[in-house]
Amino acid sequence: MAYALQQLINGVTLGMIYGLIAVGYTMVYGIIGMINFAHGDVFMIGSFLSLIALLGLSALGITSVPLALALTLLFAAAIAALYGWTVERIAYRPLRGSFRLAPLISAIGMSIVLQNFAQVSQGARSKPMTGLIPGGFGLTIEGFTVQLSYVQISIVATTLSMLALFTWLVTRTSLGRSMRACEQDLKMAGLLGIDTDRTISLTFVIGAALAAVAGLMFLLYYGVIDFYIGFIAGVKAFTAAVLGGIGSLPGAVLGGLAIGLIETFWSAYFSTQYKDVAAFSILIIVLIFMPTGILGRADVEKV
Amino acid sequence: MSGTALRSPAARALRDAFLSALVALGIFGVMVGLRTDPGARSLVLSWHPVPVAVAVAIVFFGRLALSGWRIARPAGTAAPRRLAEGMTHAGRYVAPVFLILALTLPLYAGRYYLDLGILVLTYVMLGWGLNIVVGLAGLLDLGYVAFYAVGAYTFAIAATTFGLGFWTCLPLAGLFAAIFGVLLGFPVLRLRGDYLAIVTLAFGEIVRVVILNWVSLTGGPNGISGIPRPTLFGLTFLADGGPGSFADYFGIEPNITQRVIFLFYVILAMALLTNWVSLRLRRLPLGRAWEALREDEVACRSLGINVTVTKLTAFSIGATFGGFAGAFFATRQAFISPESFTFIESAIVLAIVVLGGLGSQLGVALAALVMIGGSEMLRGIIILGVDLVEYRMLLFGIALVVVMVLRPRGLVSGRTPSVSLGRPREISAELVAEGRG
Repeated sequence: MAYALQQLINGVTLGMIYGLIAVGYTMVYGIIGMINFAHGDVFMIGSFLSLIALLGLSALGITSVPLALALTLLFAAAIAALYGWTVERIAYRPLRGSFRLAPLISAIGMSIVLQNFAQVSQGARSKPMTGLIPGGFGLTIEGFTVQLSYVQISIVATTLSMLALFTWLVTRTSLGRSMRACEQDLKMAGLLGIDTDRTISLTFVIGAALAAVAGLMFLLYYGVIDFYIGFIAGVKAFTAAVLGGIGSLPGAVLGGLAIGLIETFWSAYFSTQYKDVAAFSILIIVLIFMPTGILGRADVEKV
Repeated sequence: MSGTALRSPAARALRDAFLSALVALGIFGVMVGLRTDPGARSLVLSWHPVPVAVAVAIVFFGRLALSGWRIARPAGTAAPRRLAEGMTHAGRYVAPVFLILALTLPLYAGRYYLDLGILVLTYVMLGWGLNIVVGLAGLLDLGYVAFYAVGAYTFAIAATTFGLGFWTCLPLAGLFAAIFGVLLGFPVLRLRGDYLAIVTLAFGEIVRVVILNWVSLTGGPNGISGIPRPTLFGLTFLADGGPGSFADYFGIEPNITQRVIFLFYVILAMALLTNWVSLRLRRLPLGRAWEALREDEVACRSLGINVTVTKLTAFSIGATFGGFAGAFFATRQAFISPESFTFIESAIVLAIVVLGGLGSQLGVALAALVMIGGSEMLRGIIILGVDLVEYRMLLFGIALVVVMVLRPRGLVSGRTPSVSLGRPREISAELVAEGRG
């Protein structure tokens, strides 16, 4: 029981990180109907940026952990947003109206570029970074101590506040209204005077910033990153987006939580080696039997 | 925006270049400028301003040159199209020349170039195999390496467990890969485009993870070693000769180069078989159905084409050639491990197919030659203390993006329809980009 509770806590934490990345996938898919393959790698870049910022701040002599984290979060989100904007501008915008596979192949190219860019510029070795927020609560039930670390609390708190901010942005601001209009009908939105290119750019910017926050959370939670984390995390977050219903924002978070919980419980009760296989199998099963996901709506194909 | 419209083109170009340089500073400044290195107790940062300055300068002047070229370029862009058509016409003469060069390679090339030739031909074969799936049927398969792995492991396990030879196992490897192709094909029948891509990617990863963890069968991360080499009608190519070897039978000095030459001809024959089969298939109703499927799946259904059969055959035939190539890879290396079958391999093969022009046989061969051979040429060139070969994948990725943006149908971009009413017309990249291809 206590063991299961521990897994529940771990799973929710992991699920929050996946959810944050999944929001980026689902937003982009909702608006331009393509999978942004490079999104997982923007997440990876975000975690590298966080690492660099944390090291730089400690070199500058900032010892207050909350201040350092807040500055890191802003910094990583800002620079990652620049990455998101550039990726869209270079690799996707020129391809609007091209043939079906073109943006997809371009996105795969971009993903390879980002991955190898990080590898070449920062080295292929994994980067450890531990002990920034030590400690936590411990609760002993039936002889098993359930750990709830401060890292986990801050991850869940940050993610929830990010999602609240983002929900406010989408539902209450004029940018959010434009985004929703573009999602419903890109051409019509353009006819009604919405700058669709700008809206799409900003969607990428916001998605990348959220991914960078997820990158920071990943760094804090696992304490080690390398240039390859974006690939696996990206596929899992995409699975989360599909599971929740692609195009649906609450669905992305819900899907993220589901994937996080499934992965954690699978590792805890079956096998750690096959946890990625579990996540990938869920992706395949969901796409075959429930292609609209939990909260998605059916997509009618127009000729 | 009205303010910018009034400015002179030169001022606007300068402003654009300045803004691009600013963005580049943000992008490269942190990731390239601040490097994390392992220190005494934790990671330490080191400051590298020179590469950042170089990168920013390249972006600035590159953007400036681009703007300048756009201003200077006269209206109308017929030139690239004529170039593309010219290249396709030249293809008729280029292909035989390359074939003769390849056939006679062992006469004038040394060991190094023969090994490189084997590597390039392996990728040519993989490219042609994937071309059936991606180029002809238009199904974006990101898990092609799974079939390569299945072929390699089928041969390796059959050879080391049951003592079967290469030629016995080759059809077996192809068969198993084809079974896996159908296995993948069935669940993804209803998926298209993006979803298909990500599911095939997941499939490739699942196969790799299973190989990695099924230690009793595959040896796990240690791989399988001692895989036998192929024989020529029972004649072996051992380094020290001995009875029953090629050198012994013909009464010549045993030499390791003989085996390399033999392997070269084996992969050349296998690659040519792939090419021949796919060229013939394109003439069959099945091949036409593939091309129709690539262009429009809904129209295909409406015309009564059996989409299920069409997709499954594309997957399984493509997979078969992947399996053949995998078996060859195993016999050439004599050792295989899961490390050889990562997503990067799929990406390289896909890049070859895309760069070659989806569907163009000659294009794929040229792309493999340029990408695999060319990146091997980078080895040893050291800039800023880094071997250029480290940048190989980065260049592949950039090439994928650039080709998609500039020439969506690949470098050899013209495409003659396999079947047409009246005189077959060239479909150039421009028409394709406009949606008329």
